[in-house]
Amino acid sequence: MSTPAIEILGLTKDYPTGFWRKRMRRSLDNLTLQVEEGEIFGFLGPNGAGKTTTLKLLMGLIFPTSGTARVRGWAMDDIRMHREIGYLPEQPYFYDYLTARELLDYYARFFGYGAAERRERVARFLERVGLAEAGDVQLRKFSKGMLQRAGIAQAILHDPQVVFLDEPMSGLDPIGQREVRDIILELKQHGRTVFFSTHILSDAEMLCDRVAVLVGGKLRGVGSPGEIVAIEVHGMEILFEAREGRALPADLAGRAAKIGARYRIEVPEAGLYSALEQLRGCDARILSVSPVRPTLEDYFLRVAGDGRAKALAEEAGTR
Amino acid sequence: MSGAPGVVAVNTFREAVRDRVLYNLVFFALVMIGAAILVGQISIGIERLVIVNLGLSAISIFGLVMAVFIGVGLVSKEMEKRTLYSLLAKPIRRWEFLAGKYAGLLLTLAVNTSFMTLGLAAALFYVGRPFVRSDGSIVIAVYFILLELALVTALALFFSCFSSPMLSTLFTLGIYVTGIFAGDIRGFGDLTRNPAVKAATKLIYYVVPNFHDFNAIAAAAHGERIPFSLVWQNTLYAALYVTLVLLAASAVFSRRNLK
Repeated sequence: MSTPAIEILGLTKDYPTGFWRKRMRRSLDNLTLQVEEGEIFGFLGPNGAGKTTTLKLLMGLIFPTSGTARVRGWAMDDIRMHREIGYLPEQPYFYDYLTARELLDYYARFFGYGAAERRERVARFLERVGLAEAGDVQLRKFSKGMLQRAGIAQAILHDPQVVFLDEPMSGLDPIGQREVRDIILELKQHGRTVFFSTHILSDAEMLCDRVAVLVGGKLRGVGSPGEIVAIEVHGMEILFEAREGRALPADLAGRAAKIGARYRIEVPEAGLYSALEQLRGCDARILSVSPVRPTLEDYFLRVAGDGRAKALAEEAGTR
Repeated sequence: MSGAPGVVAVNTFREAVRDRVLYNLVFFALVMIGAAILVGQISIGIERLVIVNLGLSAISIFGLVMAVFIGVGLVSKEMEKRTLYSLLAKPIRRWEFLAGKYAGLLLTLAVNTSFMTLGLAAALFYVGRPFVRSDGSIVIAVYFILLELALVTALALFFSCFSSPMLSTLFTLGIYVTGIFAGDIRGFGDLTRNPAVKAATKLIYYVVPNFHDFNAIAAAAHGERIPFSLVWQNTLYAALYVTLVLLAASAVFSRRNLK
């Protein structure tokens, strides 16, 4: 059996709080999960769920209260692990007195590349993240999106086997987001493992082989995006235009919302074909039919609510 | 220095240069030459004494300000700006980062001090005084200032590993001032009959670096010969002390959670 790319066993992190720092706040609670080689793994959760804490623990930036983790078989505190990983922190910030080219060259030096190889790599990865033109601009003049791109470049500069990205789409415009999605998919094509945190459901659905959902520091589920976050379809949404002079069937007219010249109607999944027949009967022009799913926020709220209800029930049971 | 600490050291030096820290050198050189002209006019016969005193004191104070104020920010700035996150994900150990930061600032201070010494030499040259053999004591005095700065930088770095820049500055300057008077504090303890005070002053004398022994400004100004034994004793003392402080800093920083 091959070694998993990432193996997390009972990782727990408590932070001291209060003036005397005697009270503890649990940021991550007994997290256990495994990511296989070559997977794109999404780490989902609302703000404060413990996603960044997990990534910081894996990077050795903070130390666990209990539990352990291994990346490609290396312990978290093993320097050899760091040769095989790339990391994009959340909202990255870099030495603003350096240019993007100098920054990448600086980081490349830690991997022992010679001058010629560093030059070639830096140029290649600046191009890859769309910063070729801005390579000689000091980072203090970079926008948030450009810093994010520089951050992604430094994370993959040394062809790491496992890439950890903390909210990689943050601060990027739609084109930038698509480019990052392409980079993630390209990494997978080259057999790399990508572990990224996000709170954007569509990113997870589009990219991930598997996802884990973390709420309040606790793991709520691991599986394919379909199993975990697509959940049940609430109904179907039909967008259509009514033919001039033709009235809508009374049944649909009462439920349809008018948006400019268009109508939007939500019907139960089982009633989709009947509704479409009725619309065809009145010569309406169907523009789109799409499933209505709860948003990730709805999902988090539901899971968090379940957790709270369960905790209250347990508390009541122990009285 | 090579490997990861060397890479960090060069970047630390580059940061200091780009932060225009070294630009004060030009200013210093101009002030030195200007002061030399003034002093040459008002202190007939003792130009050397005044210029060397003024110059070495300025080198020491300039260096001290740089060592403390840049030193306390070496680690805290990287933590505050979160530049450390991407860096420590690379194959670099925390002690290597500290060693690199320390070496980088030391390099900055050495370059700074060298330029300022050139300014002092230019001032001496301007007042028309030929260089003589006893000027070697000026070079030794500058070397002692560098050793002193190496100690101060190590202390600033140590404090910045666990406290805020403001507190680190206070702690470092506090130890520096105590270290200047370490001999007097010990002398005070010898005079007292209270065994607790005696023990406390003795402890301070041995724990706090004795900065007084690094001050050879008066000897250099008077053209006195500085014994070679003091040179190697100070070198050994500074090397040992710096090593211990950096080991302590490394022990603290290696366990620190980077929030």
